[in-house]
Amino acid sequence: MQQHGERAIAANAVRKTKGRTAWSRMLLNWELYLFIAPAFLYYLIFHYGPMYGIQIAFKNFIPTKGITGSPWVGFEHFTRFFESYYFWDLLWNTLSISLYELAVGFPLPIILALAFNEVKDSFFKRTVQTVTYSPHFISVVVMSGIIITFLTPSTGMIVHLVELFGFEAPQFLTDPRWFKTVYVLSGVWQGTGWGTIIYLAALSAVDPQQHEAAIMDGATRFQRIVNINIPAIFPTITILLILNMGGILSVGFEKILLLQNPLNMESSDVISTFVYRSGLLDAQYSFSTAVGLFNSVINAILLIAVNQIARRTSETSLW
Amino acid sequence: MASLARESTGDKIFVFVNYVFLVLALIIVAYPLLYVVSASVSDPKFVNSGEMWLLPKGLTFDGYRLVLNNPKIWSGYTNTIVYTLVGTALNLFVTLPAAYALSRSDFVGRGFFMGMFLVTMFFGGGLVPSYLLVKDLGLVNSMWALLLPGAASVWNIIVARTFFQSTIPKELQEAAHIDGCTNLRLFATVVLPLSAPIIAVMALFYGVGHWNSYFGALIYLNDESKYPLQMILRQILVLQEMSAEMTGVAVDSSVAIAMNNKADVASLVKYAVIIVSTLPVIVVYPFLQRYFVQGVMIGSVKG
Repeated sequence: MQQHGERAIAANAVRKTKGRTAWSRMLLNWELYLFIAPAFLYYLIFHYGPMYGIQIAFKNFIPTKGITGSPWVGFEHFTRFFESYYFWDLLWNTLSISLYELAVGFPLPIILALAFNEVKDSFFKRTVQTVTYSPHFISVVVMSGIIITFLTPSTGMIVHLVELFGFEAPQFLTDPRWFKTVYVLSGVWQGTGWGTIIYLAALSAVDPQQHEAAIMDGATRFQRIVNINIPAIFPTITILLILNMGGILSVGFEKILLLQNPLNMESSDVISTFVYRSGLLDAQYSFSTAVGLFNSVINAILLIAVNQIARRTSETSLW
Repeated sequence: MASLARESTGDKIFVFVNYVFLVLALIIVAYPLLYVVSASVSDPKFVNSGEMWLLPKGLTFDGYRLVLNNPKIWSGYTNTIVYTLVGTALNLFVTLPAAYALSRSDFVGRGFFMGMFLVTMFFGGGLVPSYLLVKDLGLVNSMWALLLPGAASVWNIIVARTFFQSTIPKELQEAAHIDGCTNLRLFATVVLPLSAPIIAVMALFYGVGHWNSYFGALIYLNDESKYPLQMILRQILVLQEMSAEMTGVAVDSSVAIAMNNKADVASLVKYAVIIVSTLPVIVVYPFLQRYFVQGVMIGSVKG
């Protein structure tokens, strides 16, 4: 009865709003524009403003002449970047660190979430979750500090640990061959627990009846995970994979910057750290903007391409 | 559910393996954390030589004494608290009203605004144009250079919008309108009081972000007295600069007599400074975990 009444009111409201013209609805709700004004101005100034500034990638930016007053040079900065000897190294480092991170870091939260989901003892479950989520809240600076301290030759904890097992500890931070592994594994340590939350949310939506039916049919726990739980979180997996692919050229810039040193530069220098160095430290504004633009464009293309593939093959996509 | 059927031997093995896996994950994550805590109160000689493995050895609080006597740490702390409070207030002021407006289906132009915000998630001007903008606005070397460029996040706006859409009944809004209540009053007296959970989630996400951020300070601040805590930490932990004050304190105090080795002081200070700087987040985290998780879950609902 009450439900019926509510529905009538709702229907009435819809009819009323549809009847009005857009203009009168705008006038009626003029305050909503006041509500959105701060956000609108913020995005206009601090996000679209820099997009306007991108044009300096095609100019020779001279600070005294400003963005509009500087002379156009076309694709000169892009050509210089593509022809530079470090171009392929930067591209390779950026891509390989990203793909390495994706290959190791992407499946782990899924596995951990599936494992959490099988635990019935809620105290144990909550303890493990609280502990594994916690590194997420450590700042990049502190995280880098911990990595550096733990890996310092002769005094670091991990170095001692490696030696305890009878191996000789490598020069983790100064040997270029180790940089990517250090970067990726520390990221896994910090992010895996937190990454499970989104999959646990998807798993909580699984209908228990499916499991009951499967148990009746004699399915083992493992079979139920493979045939019920994994398909249930598959759309979430796809969405996160698309988002990750879209950011493939923007690897964790802040942590890399903090862990970089002249000795590991060969394998640690990525496009974003290069943009920071050439742009802000060496003040090559136009050149660095061109490099940054190249990076963003590739990211956008990847995002669109992967989204397209996902839409064709699995009917799950961002848009 | 599990009681419906007897657990088969295979299932028992599976459950056992699962527990072993999770205990292993627990140890891998917890051990380094415990190690840092123990190292911060241990004699650096034992830590550096690898004799301290889990429990503190040669108990000492000198590291904390050195850190807490350092004026830079205090100024960093003060600055970070100010930046976090002002920044979070600004974030909420921009995010909540915008999210509420976007949650209203009778808001003409919400598609336009949403689209405009979403584009910025996938495409931006990049580092140098952003830097030039902040410079042109005359914000360099001020607190506003750290706060204004990050005044809102699209993700958080979507999360808050989803919350408003799913928890504030439409009928309430209709009734308020019929009673002649303005949108402004509706938002202040009805919507916000009903939205305590999402306000908490937003404040936490933004607050932790401000507490942990350093990059804005690195590029926009020249004046060391304005540095947030993370920049001071960077000097100590990453650039390994033990400031004059720090070693100075060591030389003056009785601590120096106990440890005349500069490297020992440095390592002790590092562990202590990690704890001191992360403490506020660690202390509040277990109490607020529920809200953090809630925030991520609401965000994962497809909007």
